[in-house]
Amino acid sequence: MASTAYDRHLEGLAAPHGGHHPSLQHQFDSLEQQKESSTLGMWMFLITEIMFFGGLFTAYVIYRSTLHGVFAEASHELNVTLGALNTAVLIGSSLTMALAIRAAQVNRQKLILLFLVLTILLGTTFLGVKTIEYRDKFHHHLVPGPHFAPAEAALQQVADKAQIFFSLYFIMTGIHALHMIIGIGVLLWLLVLSWKGRFDSTYYNPLECAGLYWHFVDIVWIFLFPLLYLIGAHTH
Amino acid sequence: MNTSATAESVVAGPETGYERPNYLNAEYGISSWLLTRDHKRIAILYLVSVSIFFAIGSLFAMLIRLELLTPEGDLMQPDTYNRVFTMHGVVMVFLFLIPSIPAVLGNFLVPIMIGARDLAFPRINLASWYIYNLGGLFVLYAMVNGGVDTGWTFYTPYSTSYSNTHVIATGLGVFIIGFSSIFTGLNFVVTIHRMRAPGMTWFRLPLFIWSHYATSLIILLGTPVIAITILLVAVEKAFRLGIFDPKLGGDPVLFQHLFWFYSHPAVYIMILPSMGVISELIAAFSRKKVFGYKVVAFASIAIAVLGFLVWGHHMFVTGQSIYAATVFSVISMLVAIPSAVKVFNWTATLYEGSISYQTPMLYALGFIGLFTLGGLTGTMVATLGIDVHLHDTYFIVAHFHYVMVGGTIMGYLGGLHYWWPKMTGRLYPAFLSRLSALLVFVGFNLTFFPQFILGYLGMPRRYWAYPEEFQVFNVLSTAGASILGVGFILPLCYFIWSMRYGKKSGDNPWGAIGLEWDTPSPPPTENFYTVPVVTHGPYEYNPEEVHERTSHPEARVG
Repeated sequence: MASTAYDRHLEGLAAPHGGHHPSLQHQFDSLEQQKESSTLGMWMFLITEIMFFGGLFTAYVIYRSTLHGVFAEASHELNVTLGALNTAVLIGSSLTMALAIRAAQVNRQKLILLFLVLTILLGTTFLGVKTIEYRDKFHHHLVPGPHFAPAEAALQQVADKAQIFFSLYFIMTGIHALHMIIGIGVLLWLLVLSWKGRFDSTYYNPLECAGLYWHFVDIVWIFLFPLLYLIGAHTH
Repeated sequence: MNTSATAESVVAGPETGYERPNYLNAEYGISSWLLTRDHKRIAILYLVSVSIFFAIGSLFAMLIRLELLTPEGDLMQPDTYNRVFTMHGVVMVFLFLIPSIPAVLGNFLVPIMIGARDLAFPRINLASWYIYNLGGLFVLYAMVNGGVDTGWTFYTPYSTSYSNTHVIATGLGVFIIGFSSIFTGLNFVVTIHRMRAPGMTWFRLPLFIWSHYATSLIILLGTPVIAITILLVAVEKAFRLGIFDPKLGGDPVLFQHLFWFYSHPAVYIMILPSMGVISELIAAFSRKKVFGYKVVAFASIAIAVLGFLVWGHHMFVTGQSIYAATVFSVISMLVAIPSAVKVFNWTATLYEGSISYQTPMLYALGFIGLFTLGGLTGTMVATLGIDVHLHDTYFIVAHFHYVMVGGTIMGYLGGLHYWWPKMTGRLYPAFLSRLSALLVFVGFNLTFFPQFILGYLGMPRRYWAYPEEFQVFNVLSTAGASILGVGFILPLCYFIWSMRYGKKSGDNPWGAIGLEWDTPSPPPTENFYTVPVVTHGPYEYNPEEVHERTSHPEARVG
């Protein structure tokens, strides 16, 4: 991911390798090798991300199997409509992200900018909706910790078990939201680079790597939404 | 200190009066080091940082050994003792053993050994050093403010609900350090996959590279899991959640599963790079191809894979299902197979080799001895019935010090002695270095072998006082630790000395084979003047060629 920022420093240094693409870094022989390397690096990074979220999903699976009824009951407190809306927003942002890469491949500079802006807007929308949901949880005393006091009678009886569900809810969606914020930061930076005309059909690897990351964050949500919002659906 | 050494050598190169351009004299000044993207300079930066943290960790080890010199708890309060052994563990595991060989020797050698100009992501490489130090600062902050008393394992619910020490700061430190190992591992995997020189096929890679590849896979798959685990501990403690606290409905055993899922493979993060070093040393100093090269290479991968399937052997007495424990026990014993393959193949490599007992070779032979003992006691404690007796005793302490410390330190020091002439272009005193290798080996055994007996007799770990009948073994152990200390201080002194006053080593003082020996010492910034083309395997030793290769014959005498 950082392989992209390095290139500007090396424009001056690239002279000994004469006539090479300005974005080619000195340790690589060709743009193709550079592209393959950074893409592989991004995939490796995503593997670490899978293991990172994997730890959380493991905790979820363990507690879901031991506290099945409590989780289903607690799940009712989440707002399925907002969750579904956010799912649609995020899938939409993955589409615009893919279109931004496509625009670079066909040398449509203005379209790159447009689709990046759309992706950023959709990402921000997601975070906005998430903020509303979090606020509701605070109002309803559903934030785990000393002030955890669910109104629902069924949850009051099993408050210590229910707080595990909400702990996992806040940690999983919170870490997911943090990934969204980082992703939006990366996209803003790529927006500046695109504005300067850095990307075209010969060099768009940073966009592609950012896209891989963005899609990954999207996929995490695709798992979070049913596991957190929908597991109680059949009981009511 | 490095810059001053180079400055001197530029002025007064004895042979030619002129120093070839290399990575040390390419640029001068503190910012040329702190902003460098050269993997060799970053390796030197890591060498400095890692050495500092090793010194801090050793200081705590010294305090532990002093307290245990007498049966009474007379040197410090029990609370203080808890903090001392915790800080010893945290600093040594996360700030020394895990980064030592990959971040110092691996960083320096991986690109050179495969014929690349640098790692794939030089900026990420530099970032990893800063992140490492940032994490180290968090740990230091916790340390000067009173430390942590949970043990390096942070077991819940003690760490989250009861301990009032700096669990969160230390945990965040460990979390941050994790990123630095991930960056290093990621860089290695991509570099080894994509940047090998023409002709450098997978089975022409030195075994050092194979073991670093296996290590990197463990780092990539394991480290994120400890990251999320420690994060959960910090969040649980900070916001009083109950994920792991049984009083609030949580499950403390889940913490242990998640913790050991990383922390057992972490042992292989420490030992695999060391095994890579040993393969290089054994081949170079017995002038033979490593016996069964491919098997040794795949043994590294096998250890990495099996290492992920054995974490439950830390939890035999935790209350996991007996069926799970049985399976974990069997798989733990399977790890002995690839480990033994390596030991046997090194031994077979020695057979009928022309062995020279240079300092690095002494460390390599020492490694084989210590690792064999550590590994065999490992199969002992992998056995369910024996582990119930030995769990949480000094037997375990001795076992993991033999594997982790005996293994890693012997490889690290052996590797440093082997590649020091490549890194600095200088030789160190032969006699002193051999003496220190001997001191380390003798001191190590004297420190930790009595602990096997102590543990078997039933002395529990993590106690600050003990019954009088255990004293004789504890005195032996403390005496050994003092010898070990001298064995560590000596190399520090003569390495620093050699940077200024050491004899010039020439490009290939050992007459060894490998791309790193085909380039000048110290190497130029881009590692090679021309891109090397590889036409043969890594250890094609034949006697006449070796003689020609030796650039500095007197280095091999005596």
